[in-house]
Amino acid sequence: MTRTMTTIDKPASFSRRTLLQATGALVVSIGAPMTLTSVRAAESGAATATKPPLTPDQLSSYIAVNADGTVSAFSGKMDMGQGLSTAFRQMVAEELDVPVDRVKVFIGDTDTSVNQGGASGSTGVQNGGKQMRAAAAEARHVLIEMAADKLGVPADQLTVKDGVISAANDASKKVSYGELIGGQFFNVHLDWNGEMGNPLYAPGKAKPKDPKSYTIVGQPIPRDDIAPKVFAQADFCTDIRVPGMVHGRVIRPAVAGAVPVQVDESSIKAIPTARVVWDKGFLGVVADKEWDAIKAAKELKVEWSNPTPAFPSQSALYDHIRQAPTRKREVEGKPVGNVDDAFKNAARVIEAEYEWPFQSHSSMGPACALVEVKDGRATCWTGTQKAHFVRGGVAAMLGMPEDKVRVIWTTGPGSYGRNDADDCAADAAVLTKAVGRPVRLQYMRDQGTGWDPKAPASVHRARAALDGSGNVVAYDFLSRGFSRIDVNTNGSKPWDTLAGQNLGVQLKSGDGFGFPGESYGFANKRAAWETIAPLLDRSSPLRSAHMRDPVGPQICFASESFIDELAAALNVDPVAFRLRYVRDPRDLAVIKAAAEKAGWQTRVSPRRDQRGNSVSGRGIAYAQRGPTRVAVIAEVEVDRGSGKIWARKFAVAHDCGQIINPDGLHHAIENNVVQATSRTLWEEVKFDANSVTSVDWRTYPILDVTEAPEAVDIVMINHPEIAPSGAGEASSRPVPAAIANAVFDATGVRIRRAPFAPGYVKSALS
Amino acid sequence: MTKTFSLNVNGQVHSIEADEQMPLLYALRDEFGLNNPHFGCGLAQCGACTVHLDGKPTRSCVTPLAEVGNRKIVTLAGLGTPEHPHPLQTAYVQEQVPQCAYCINGWIMTAAALLRDKKKPTDADIRTALRGLKCRCGTHMAILRAVKRAAAMMG
Repeated sequence: MTRTMTTIDKPASFSRRTLLQATGALVVSIGAPMTLTSVRAAESGAATATKPPLTPDQLSSYIAVNADGTVSAFSGKMDMGQGLSTAFRQMVAEELDVPVDRVKVFIGDTDTSVNQGGASGSTGVQNGGKQMRAAAAEARHVLIEMAADKLGVPADQLTVKDGVISAANDASKKVSYGELIGGQFFNVHLDWNGEMGNPLYAPGKAKPKDPKSYTIVGQPIPRDDIAPKVFAQADFCTDIRVPGMVHGRVIRPAVAGAVPVQVDESSIKAIPTARVVWDKGFLGVVADKEWDAIKAAKELKVEWSNPTPAFPSQSALYDHIRQAPTRKREVEGKPVGNVDDAFKNAARVIEAEYEWPFQSHSSMGPACALVEVKDGRATCWTGTQKAHFVRGGVAAMLGMPEDKVRVIWTTGPGSYGRNDADDCAADAAVLTKAVGRPVRLQYMRDQGTGWDPKAPASVHRARAALDGSGNVVAYDFLSRGFSRIDVNTNGSKPWDTLAGQNLGVQLKSGDGFGFPGESYGFANKRAAWETIAPLLDRSSPLRSAHMRDPVGPQICFASESFIDELAAALNVDPVAFRLRYVRDPRDLAVIKAAAEKAGWQTRVSPRRDQRGNSVSGRGIAYAQRGPTRVAVIAEVEVDRGSGKIWARKFAVAHDCGQIINPDGLHHAIENNVVQATSRTLWEEVKFDANSVTSVDWRTYPILDVTEAPEAVDIVMINHPEIAPSGAGEASSRPVPAAIANAVFDATGVRIRRAPFAPGYVKSALS
Repeated sequence: MTKTFSLNVNGQVHSIEADEQMPLLYALRDEFGLNNPHFGCGLAQCGACTVHLDGKPTRSCVTPLAEVGNRKIVTLAGLGTPEHPHPLQTAYVQEQVPQCAYCINGWIMTAAALLRDKKKPTDADIRTALRGLKCRCGTHMAILRAVKRAAAMMG
């Protein structure tokens, strides 16, 4: 009854059949007769019957025209549900002058796309879309040249409509894209910049269209992946099955850093087909049935080593961050003016510290991966954000060369960065190698929440020097915390995966944090960060890495709360204060647009006109994230008795340059605001000396629908003439500070530690 | 203990031999190939595995086969089809609700029971009925819009 092969025959999992159809190669492979057209095309040198190598400098690595005139587009960027595929479809259709429903996008398969960095830093449209647009423009240019040859009409006298090229002055002279090249491949070199990953760029000779002529880009085209999901017809990575597959589970220690010293296999002998896989610190089980694997993992008797508990008490976390030796310090660019002198001469100094906890991705389902080795080649289906990197991790675990490994990204259970997906793929590879059969591994909930790489905890210190007239003359901002790359942003190297570390590979902890993104024009200004070592140097459930807008929400929580503290100290309205010091015109525009949307009344915070238990307030914060800028105004209600905060309403102004799809952008912003509200009000990874104790939705609560805002009002500022920049994360960034500033406005009390959970807020208010 | 179970799922009867303590979720997914209910937590905390048992939204991840009895099981796939969609499915597509979409079984199956039992629910009715369900991507605003849209369609 299982759906084995039928499952992987579906497009979502790129069966060989689908793939061939998609690339048009099926026509060639069954020996379709060459038409005169295709012979001519081949002669032109721009088309070939065999696919050129999958390299970044080949047009065929991004675009193919199929025999039926449809277009396939291939990308090494991934769509984690924010509509990137639809944006790609629009950008390709626009440049090629074909209807958008004739474009199909294939993403994240190492056999059909080059390494463009995967989902990373909101660069899907910014970098991946830029490449897609350049490739499509080049494809159109090449097709026009081919048509000019075929029709005997100069290229500059040809027009294109719906994939048909015709002479401008004689509509009877025409040829379709399908007739020109359908079923073959472009054989066109691009001017590749030599980079792999995010910075990869390989334009052709053609210039993309003038945005003024757009008819598809900028339209709210619906996502084509939603209906199949709503009707339960789409496969997630959790749904892929192959013949001969077994189910795996891994077993984690109760004390972080412990390794198995004795494993009693007889303790699971009553469970049919259950087997133990134990190698050094790696421990897992497999069984034919999933429920049997789950039972075996639960019932297996294991004696663990007894390491010294690695973690401080939760209440000592921030002092640990303050006191631990600095591993690396970095100052942003060249500091403005002379900060230290300015502080010495200040009439008044204001300073404050802010604290942000470890947070967990806690994706909706724990990670899942399936690894199969067959005929000397391996295939891994995974929900990772970075298929091309996971390839390396899987290859290392299998002991196979990378070019023998294919990784196929398949929609996973939610992803906001380096979650548990890459670890799961590596773990599945270890199990597969050990048992010699395909293994589907899904983590359990406690592993998804308790053992995913965490967003780093941090402490932030801000200082400002004021002169006698109340002007800010110097500003000094320092972030200090665990590294955002204690494990890297992907699982390409064994030392960046739990599997690798459990098998004895030494962690190579990297150092990185970040700076505030803003344009305050203070005369003397410095921003810096410092990282400290991880609490445990192997297989740590508190290893830190990237999570949605990596370190952005915590830095902005501190920096934009502090700006608000300055405004309050100087008796200036918070919007007016920002408008006084912010220098960048696009920054000013989002602040003004948000204030207008929110109906902002100019006055000083806090309000002092409220009595009673329930009080309300408003607060603003703004941020740049790369070239994107966002301003957020929150309206909150605070129940002083319980300390409970309801973020009732948001006004958001967002500028990411050219908008590709306003509907997709609206959803991305709205979802980010809600998720960031959850992180602000509720989310904190709890731990004790032994390990993480946030292991499910009770111990790691997130925002409930009963606490969702009443409204999220969004202004999307469109700049068709400015290159599109990232929108996947930017609107997360100002939310915590906007809420904190609104709480201050409502209560007069400054909350400087996240999350603003009721117990903490109640004690802060009393 | 292994037993034979006969289960009515989306109007079709399936038989399996399985551990009576095995949760219904694994029978639906692994034995019958009905992938729509998802494993989210195995603890009845998130709703990703929700199905209807005689019309009642039920967390299949903690429902042992032994407790299913002869109740009729309906999954998301049984709620409606592209040809005959449930109003909630139509509304979900129109409102473009999901981000990752892994959570949708919980929201749609729970909301379907609400809209069946209560015409013209208020915003508070909807929020209360959906309390406890998880959506990690933060699509709550769109979910609420879709449920209201479906309620309007159902009059």
